Amino acid sequence: MATFLGINLFGLFGQLLVGLINGSFYALLSLGLAIIFGLLKIINFAQGAMYMLGAFFAWMALQYMGINYWAALIFVPLAVGAIGILMERFLLRPIANEDHLYSLLLTFGLALILQGAFTHMFGSSGMSYAIPEELKGGNRLPFMYLPNYRAWIIIASLAVCVATWYMIEKTKLGAYLRAGTENPQLMQAFGINVPLIVTLTFGFGVGLAGFAGVMAAPVYSVSPDMGSNMLIVVFAIVVIGGMGSIGGAILTGLGMGVVEGLTKYFYPEASTTVIFAVMVIVLLTKPAGLFGKEA
Amino acid sequence: MSVVGDEKIRISDLHAFYGESHILHGIDMTVMQGELVTLLGRNGAGRSTTLRSIMNMVGRRTGSININGRETIDMSAHKIAHLGLGFCPEERGIFSSLNVEENLMLPPAVRSDGMSVEEIYEMFPNLYERRMSQGTRLSGGEQQMLALARILRTGANILLLDEITEGLAPVIVKKLGEVLLKLKERGLTILLVEQNFRFAAPIADRHYVMEHGHIVEEVHAHELEAKAEMLNTYLGV
Repeated sequence: MATFLGINLFGLFGQLLVGLINGSFYALLSLGLAIIFGLLKIINFAQGAMYMLGAFFAWMALQYMGINYWAALIFVPLAVGAIGILMERFLLRPIANEDHLYSLLLTFGLALILQGAFTHMFGSSGMSYAIPEELKGGNRLPFMYLPNYRAWIIIASLAVCVATWYMIEKTKLGAYLRAGTENPQLMQAFGINVPLIVTLTFGFGVGLAGFAGVMAAPVYSVSPDMGSNMLIVVFAIVVIGGMGSIGGAILTGLGMGVVEGLTKYFYPEASTTVIFAVMVIVLLTKPAGLFGKEA
Repeated sequence: MSVVGDEKIRISDLHAFYGESHILHGIDMTVMQGELVTLLGRNGAGRSTTLRSIMNMVGRRTGSININGRETIDMSAHKIAHLGLGFCPEERGIFSSLNVEENLMLPPAVRSDGMSVEEIYEMFPNLYERRMSQGTRLSGGEQQMLALARILRTGANILLLDEITEGLAPVIVKKLGEVLLKLKERGLTILLVEQNFRFAAPIADRHYVMEHGHIVEEVHAHELEAKAEMLNTYLGV
């Protein structure tokens, strides 16, 4: 077995890969949260439920309608995004001028309702979703075995994250978003329909969670609590990265996945808590987060 | 002199509210095509609120605001600019998350014959030099130029300018005066809220004096000398 300075490279790279995969999901979810928080100042507790919806929609589409993975990858995020749009328009907008605590509680309640409804319909044990034919198998690399689907997760998530980052930081549409985050009232006075942008942004942020859900279906068990388990970690990551920073959300998501993976190798007992330990350290030393702007 | 023709803004019995506070108490005023009109008065007289009411940026407004012949009192905020209005807020509203050029290009065109980016950079060479800087890293004067340039690019032909000389060095105030005269020559209609009477007096056609949310006096440019005493009592500290 390959070792270096007494480290089992096979095991180390294996955990690094797991870390990168978890990190890809963290990045997608915290990116969605950061986008929504930036423009709407809403902390969307339903983001995890939307991720769960994404996985279930993909599973149901395959089971009931024979819609395959590739089609689901396109249409499920759109469907989840559409649910987000309805949610923003009819539930969040009426309380938009209230204290942000209300929207936080509302999204939290929605998450519980969705999770409860899916537990009622499908039970809590979880279902499996087959890896698509095209991505079965894998490659033997010098220090590890890399399954194709896992490589695909990392590549596709990164591509979506980078494309989103580019859209927000480098395009005119993104300039509207950034400016709308800063001073929505003045944007209206310039003739820009800010409420429409808010609705579409919420839909997009939620759609990202739906996309992550489809990606996750073949590797994690499709179960009603998959979102809530994920969300707690993702919130810690958002706190570490700093709310509202797009690039920060992506880098912190991936980075924390890797930190978690490395901890699993070197000191497995701490692997589930290491992210929260990092959060505490960051909060003590840099309260606005690693990439956040000091208020 | 520019040709003075149609009514661009007609406001009648305008009341405006922020929450429970009643700020404007029945404003009546008109601004004609090509005119430069100022709103004078002390702080808190309701001058900025008048501009913000025109843009539908206050809590609630009643009465009538006619822009280019269109009633706007029930129009949503984002539609009003498209009647050809450009608003330059008192705090300038430069976006810190955007660089100078992004700030300049941000507002969508509201009419087709706006100034080109080249013309704008010619008018404000500093902005060209600093086009890649973060918007809020500019000096106060440059930020003011940017806030003004931004609405000129949109083709707006009715400009609402709120305290554009506030806190700026005399040399920049002078430059702004020249810019306003140039805009007037182009036939733009300007409604200017101004504290600096010496800046406003030589360039304006008309002045409205506001106090406690009312318009208390209308003064034409040629009456300034005759009404100097009265103006002093309204504006003096």
